[in-house]
Amino acid sequence: MSKDVIADLKRDYISKLLAKGMRADGRKFDEARPLKVETNYIGSAEGSARVTLGNTQVVVGVKLIMGAPFPDTPNSGVLTTNAELIPMASETFEGGPPDQESIEVARVIDRGIREGHAVDMSKLVIEPGKEVWIMFVDIHVIDYDGNLFDAANIGANAAFKTAIVPAKRAGKGEDYPLPVLHQPISVTSVKVDGKILVDPTHDEERVAEARLTVATIENGNLCAMQKGLDGAFTHDEVLKIVDSARRMGNEIRAKI
Amino acid sequence: MGGTPTDLKLIDENGLRIDGRRPDEMRPLRIEAGALKRADGSAYVEWGLNKVMAAVYGPRECHPRHLQNPERALVQCNYNMASFSVDDRKKPGPDRRSHEISKIISEALTHVVFTEYFPRTSIDVYIEVLQANAGTRCAGLTAASVALADAGVPMRDLVASCAAGKVAGTIVLDLTKEEDNFGQADMPMGYVPTSGEIVLLQMDGDMTQEEFEKAIKMDIEACKKVHEVQRDALKRRYSQKGESPEYAAAPEAKEVA
Repeated sequence: MSKDVIADLKRDYISKLLAKGMRADGRKFDEARPLKVETNYIGSAEGSARVTLGNTQVVVGVKLIMGAPFPDTPNSGVLTTNAELIPMASETFEGGPPDQESIEVARVIDRGIREGHAVDMSKLVIEPGKEVWIMFVDIHVIDYDGNLFDAANIGANAAFKTAIVPAKRAGKGEDYPLPVLHQPISVTSVKVDGKILVDPTHDEERVAEARLTVATIENGNLCAMQKGLDGAFTHDEVLKIVDSARRMGNEIRAKI
Repeated sequence: MGGTPTDLKLIDENGLRIDGRRPDEMRPLRIEAGALKRADGSAYVEWGLNKVMAAVYGPRECHPRHLQNPERALVQCNYNMASFSVDDRKKPGPDRRSHEISKIISEALTHVVFTEYFPRTSIDVYIEVLQANAGTRCAGLTAASVALADAGVPMRDLVASCAAGKVAGTIVLDLTKEEDNFGQADMPMGYVPTSGEIVLLQMDGDMTQEEFEKAIKMDIEACKKVHEVQRDALKRRYSQKGESPEYAAAPEAKEVA
């Protein structure tokens, strides 16, 4: 990714607004952007969703193919998460092999769904130790205005809900719905001028000192976290972010 | 191209195709101009079961710099298929096929863009195939033309594109995946309707001279229809006041928060 610069003018503008308790798009500090979720968007995928979070837009496709399990987990399917930050989505993205940013996005989404047990991987076994379903979660970012973590996480969860295991096509019995256990929802906040902003836009991310992504499941337990950028949070700030992630996670979960 | 499986009848006794179309009938085509917020220009195309997005950035600084042309802009197209766009998951990233398609689409678009207006720059065109069902290069080129116009890039005309081919001995228009896999020929074309120029042409399979002439006529007529849909998409985009339209007002989409 090319060096991302932001004009001092824009930085000042954001700072001055924040000092007055406002954000550039008129939201409150703890308010997320409008969310739209469309499932079963891609017919060639086993499960899919198109998510619009403000001006950010991602398409998530889930595909299941047969393969060998890892030797140390013979009774479990395999989860593989991949994110494509394609140049279509932003002038700051470049083509080529995955860079650090897309690898981080993919790994944070992967951690949320893996540790939050979004899918019962033990039900994706065809023959223990020999043949299992390999679940590919492919995240395609087509319009980028910040907070890929949450848009992609919501997309993955929504895609799981409607995904079908294509057992019939593979000659392994009848098709069945993907065994969904939980919906680990991530909520991302950034710190700008000491203020905590939920669901940052691209401009807010560019001036942010620190970022924290928190994924929670239905009972309010945490299942994954990731802190990013070179700034720091205080203990109180972390508690506040986790608290709002739990609350907003419930709101999002009720609506996908 | 390949042998027809015995249980698949590509043309029935009434002369209709597996999806019920007449030989010279195109699949339903829908184009939305200005589908993305961040790109300088964009267009979304749904063509049968194809779903293709195109975005344009530029004219902007040309990378890599050694490609810069001191006299004109470079139109650089990048065609990419999403890993979930086809039945068997595609390995992400470019392959030989996508390199070739990127090249011929770049060349077709270069012909209509007034590249001499923007020396040393690059006009970058990104085509993302989200769902594929044969004819994605035609859908991509059609979308890319609209995206260039949406970006305000000066052009002689829009390039319209459609494929003709041969299925079970019959010349047909706009092949589906089944027809492409089990048919006898496929011939995609890019056409500039106002000048009558052909700017993209490929063919694979087997056609007699007579069949070829029939196919090329069918292709040109189809491209003229595609051109109308392209123009209509741009008119809708720019006759509307206020915010840009959502490119697909999906009925099942839910408003949340």
